[in-house]
Amino acid sequence: MARTLFRNLAVPVVILVLWQLLSQSGFIKPVILPSPLAILERLWTYLLPAQTFAESAGFSDWIWSSELLSDLVASMRRVLLGFAVGAGLALPLGLLMGTDRRFEAYLNPVVQFLRPIPPIAYIPLAILWFGLGDPPAIFLISIGAFFPVLINTITGVRNVDSIYVRAATNLGADRMTMFRRVILPAATPYVLTGMRIGIGTAFIVVIVAEMIAVNSGLGYRILEAREYMWSDKVIAGMIAIGLLGLAIDVGVNRVNNHLLRWHRGIES
Amino acid sequence: MNAHHIVKDMEAQTKPLVRAAGVNKVFGAQPGGVVALKDIDLEIRPGEFVCLLGPSGCGKSTLLNAIAGFSLPTSGTLEVSGQPVTAPGPDRGMVFQEYALFPWMTVEANIAFGLDIRGTGKEEKARIVDDLLDMLGLKEFRHRFPKDLSGGMRQRVAIARVLALDPPIMLMDEPFGALDALTRRSLQDELLRIWRSVGKTIVFVTHSIEEAVYLGSRVVILTYRPGTIKRDVTIDLPYPRDSNSPEFNAIKKDLASLVHAEHDRFALDERKGLTLD
Repeated sequence: MARTLFRNLAVPVVILVLWQLLSQSGFIKPVILPSPLAILERLWTYLLPAQTFAESAGFSDWIWSSELLSDLVASMRRVLLGFAVGAGLALPLGLLMGTDRRFEAYLNPVVQFLRPIPPIAYIPLAILWFGLGDPPAIFLISIGAFFPVLINTITGVRNVDSIYVRAATNLGADRMTMFRRVILPAATPYVLTGMRIGIGTAFIVVIVAEMIAVNSGLGYRILEAREYMWSDKVIAGMIAIGLLGLAIDVGVNRVNNHLLRWHRGIES
Repeated sequence: MNAHHIVKDMEAQTKPLVRAAGVNKVFGAQPGGVVALKDIDLEIRPGEFVCLLGPSGCGKSTLLNAIAGFSLPTSGTLEVSGQPVTAPGPDRGMVFQEYALFPWMTVEANIAFGLDIRGTGKEEKARIVDDLLDMLGLKEFRHRFPKDLSGGMRQRVAIARVLALDPPIMLMDEPFGALDALTRRSLQDELLRIWRSVGKTIVFVTHSIEEAVYLGSRVVILTYRPGTIKRDVTIDLPYPRDSNSPEFNAIKKDLASLVHAEHDRFALDERKGLTLD
């Protein structure tokens, strides 16, 4: 236990100490690579509320004057909105394409053609169509979430073991029951995998979208910091992005494990 | 009650529940396809426990699937309760070798599935499910998911799921084939107990001679490709049967010679790479 902890921490600690020493000695210029302590300090001031606490303004005003918190919320809101749009369109479409061969034959060529185009490549079009602000950002994020959910949903429906369909037919299931109580739950593991990938992609795209289309959020903030040559804030922002990404993934994983508690190979 | 009525009653008693006449099943393009069933004539009367016995590829599962309505005959007449079989239905509950429980449903929900479809009222549903959980010793497992159950327990749930709809016929496709010997025997005994207490007609597919003689009131041996009926034997031994008794072993030996001849033909084809399942 203690040995594992030592092994896990040894390399990061050595890196951080070396890095701190190199920066302190003036060997590396702070604007190129600020010291870990400077970054930590910057992260702290980034998090602290900008206003002093005033009884009249109230607690929530004070909390939300924190730049980091409002950036986190702004980015998170876009991820969720974009994901809701993308996954919300992909899920019914995927279910249809998975169950209906004819429907799939019509749509599959278009899907296969559009799928390899990275969401980032839609940036110019997004700005032409939607201008600046949230709409192009949500558009880009939804494209990022759309395809993973679509492809996995189709695969999930395709891979439903025919034995379940036979058993349900034998017990008298009609088409609606079959879909709702057999096909849908049987496809859930795939659908949720698609959603996990989709929300990961959405998170990548939100940072890029914020760099070009809006003036709030984590992506916007680190680009802004670069203009002032605040490399400590750039890295502080990157750390915040990493932590948010990790939190999203852990959260999604928790939800998945709960929804798939019936599934083999998932513990607890 | 006059004589007329008595005759009527006797007719109802002996009227076959399942009637196959000249049933053929060919897989693939015909001619040239694999003939799985050829000229099957079979009548199964209410309350019988019929074991379909034979080696792999003898068409015993094909016949069961035809009765279930999953895979209809290529030609011939196949009737259940006097009606031609056209589709699967809850009057012919099927128990699969691979259990086929819905893994996303608890034991309880699996058993209630057919009743949900039928639209059975809440209270009656609860009563039926409780009775079945009781009957099959599944009470403590009602809220478990299938992945947390042993093979024997899973097959109990599958049997309960079928019994919930109270079908006149229960179709069983090598249901105990994947179980260890001890679990298998206890499930066989349980099945016999259920069969005798609820008065179902059971059609049971197996490749085990011992199992067929232990369970069946009648054993139908099929030939290997094309599947025809080689022998149709009524087993008169009283239940519960003693698998060590000389009478039991005499019957077993008698049937074994018939089945082994078919198995040898199967093994020959297998070596030539001709078996396709």
